[in-house]
Amino acid sequence: MNKKQKKMLTRILVSAALLVALNLLGSVSILPATGMLRFAAYMVPYLIIGYDILRKAWKGIRNRQVFDEAFLMAVATVGAIILALYSGSGDYLEAIAVMLLYQIGEWFQSYAVGKSRRNISELMDIRPDYANLEHDGILEKTDPDEVEIGSTIVVQPGEKVPIDGIVLEGESTLNTAALTGESLPRDVKAGEEIISGCINESGVLRIRTTKEFGDSTVSRILDLVENASSRKSRSEDFITKFARVYTPAVVYAAVALAFLPPIANLITGNAAGWNIWVYRALTFLVASCPCALVVSIPLSFFAGIGGASNAGILVKGSNYLELLSRTKIVVFDKTGTLTQGVFEVSGIHHNEISDDQLVEYAALAESASSHPISKSLQKAYGKAIDRSRVLDIHEISGKGVTATVDGHHIAAGNDKLMESLGANYIPCHSVGTIIHIVIDGQYAGHIVISDMEKPHSKEAIRRLKASGVRKTVMLTGDQKNVADSVSASLGIDEVFSQLLPADKVSKVEELLAAKPENEILAFVGDGINDAPVLRRADIGIAMGAMGSDAAIEAADIVLMDDDPLKIAKAIRISRKALRIVSQNIVFSIVIKLLCLIMVAVGMANMWIAVFADVGVMILAVLNAIRALFVKNL
Amino acid sequence: MKKTYKIDVDCAACADKMEVAAKRTDGVKNATVNFMALKMIVEFEDGADVHSVMQNVRTNCRKVEDDCEVFI
Repeated sequence: MNKKQKKMLTRILVSAALLVALNLLGSVSILPATGMLRFAAYMVPYLIIGYDILRKAWKGIRNRQVFDEAFLMAVATVGAIILALYSGSGDYLEAIAVMLLYQIGEWFQSYAVGKSRRNISELMDIRPDYANLEHDGILEKTDPDEVEIGSTIVVQPGEKVPIDGIVLEGESTLNTAALTGESLPRDVKAGEEIISGCINESGVLRIRTTKEFGDSTVSRILDLVENASSRKSRSEDFITKFARVYTPAVVYAAVALAFLPPIANLITGNAAGWNIWVYRALTFLVASCPCALVVSIPLSFFAGIGGASNAGILVKGSNYLELLSRTKIVVFDKTGTLTQGVFEVSGIHHNEISDDQLVEYAALAESASSHPISKSLQKAYGKAIDRSRVLDIHEISGKGVTATVDGHHIAAGNDKLMESLGANYIPCHSVGTIIHIVIDGQYAGHIVISDMEKPHSKEAIRRLKASGVRKTVMLTGDQKNVADSVSASLGIDEVFSQLLPADKVSKVEELLAAKPENEILAFVGDGINDAPVLRRADIGIAMGAMGSDAAIEAADIVLMDDDPLKIAKAIRISRKALRIVSQNIVFSIVIKLLCLIMVAVGMANMWIAVFADVGVMILAVLNAIRALFVKNL
Repeated sequence: MKKTYKIDVDCAACADKMEVAAKRTDGVKNATVNFMALKMIVEFEDGADVHSVMQNVRTNCRKVEDDCEVFI
């Protein structure tokens, strides 16, 4: 509880106690049943509990901001007191109790919101407090913001890695749970990159920083999460607009309720019944407060986003959570998303020269490319690449490369490249990526490189289907036979293979055009090569994004690790949050309307009205907090 | 230019009013109030004097919601 909440609680308790005491005094006839003394005595608890509301309502009127909650409560309670005074009934209890219950509701709301705010920030407790800066062999605790690029920092066991960098010395296991939601530890050793936000578990690490704190992974993630709920969802916009129209509308309705029936009565010659109708109008005002909606909807989104980030799923805004819940089509990139993206040479066929030499030529020719294929060739080659042996490298997008290696003209690439060169190549029947090699115009055989499916890919597709995704599609630049065999084994509905990077965008555009308007298409990629497609899809989901700035930039939803099961989980989390939102909208509006009707026809008094108002609000807030719990989804 | 300010306010409806008030302040291109994170993100018009604009934002917010604070 903060200071304000404590003060409010004291006011609630004091005025409740006073109210009980006054009632007891009244029942044993010490306090007169009518008259000014009674009025003055009852005004004490009323002012204790309601002075700030009255002041706020007064200031609101002066600043032409009349239709707010404070105004509603002030008019209703002051009206009820005047009515009691005027009719001589001396029943002030009701007005005071209404104010008291309203304040209890407000107190609870502020407590619950504060509590979930704290919960969520604890979930994201990855902000490092300090960095151990090494300075002439002496360690100095410094604010991470003040550490310059290229400084040397030391991370002791149990400490958080404060800034991204490269390990200079030391070996350790890292706990990445706070970033990925995954408890599997990672090993690091000297020479490897290390990202901030991980917790160093075992050894001492000396790290040379490669980024400033503000650009480090941990800052980017915190920034993203903290600003997430600023992008408002349609539900939130709806509620905001609804509240802007609703409050004035109920005030006018209340005015109509107070004046029209008595005037109609007078015209028809009956008794006007001013007391009854003014009382009903005041009750109507009490029942009308829109606070249940206004608080619970943003809270549900906030809790949903918080729960998701705890599971290693970063959602960039409430609007994306909403879109995600309506996802019906999921389009995947293959490599690195459904498959591990770690290629290995699995066969060498029809070669005229030795295996090693063929791989050497291929590796050298592909040496300028950062594509996984060329990396796997370099790995198979096993020695350092001497770039001076390679000249005239030309990459032919979607086909391969040509280069001059040791004076020989080498062409390495797929069937398309061979056809365009007119080489007399031998097609391969193995499943995998085939690199044909032509040396000085002479076909020299081919290398088969294959990729492994991720262990969870099949289960991930199954779970997506189970959570209501209508269609799964796989896009890949890979060959048809590889793509078909992967998609068949995973159970993917549609597959488009041999696509150039630009084709992926146009394929996604085709799919977008073909789907019904209200279905959402999500694209899942590894975020590095897929930025344009991630932007083009209704929702872009980047996976394995830990440490990849490009992915965090381009995607709407970022999966910190590369487990495809998280996609289904993200959808479930969003569905749960949105289910809670619609429950709250329907529940609050229905109860409100029922209550307003009951009040208007005289079936409910002010007590029932305020119970309905505060009760609905408390239930809606409690329901909203449920969105935070996503562990078992 | 965009800047983020910490705010303090008690209710979601009041936060929404602050947003409208901030948006209507001269020199402010756009403003978003995030009630859950208690932050106000203000996008200033080119050449606006950030400090004096924010003073006005605070005054305007106080007009619509008495019990609020913008930490400049």
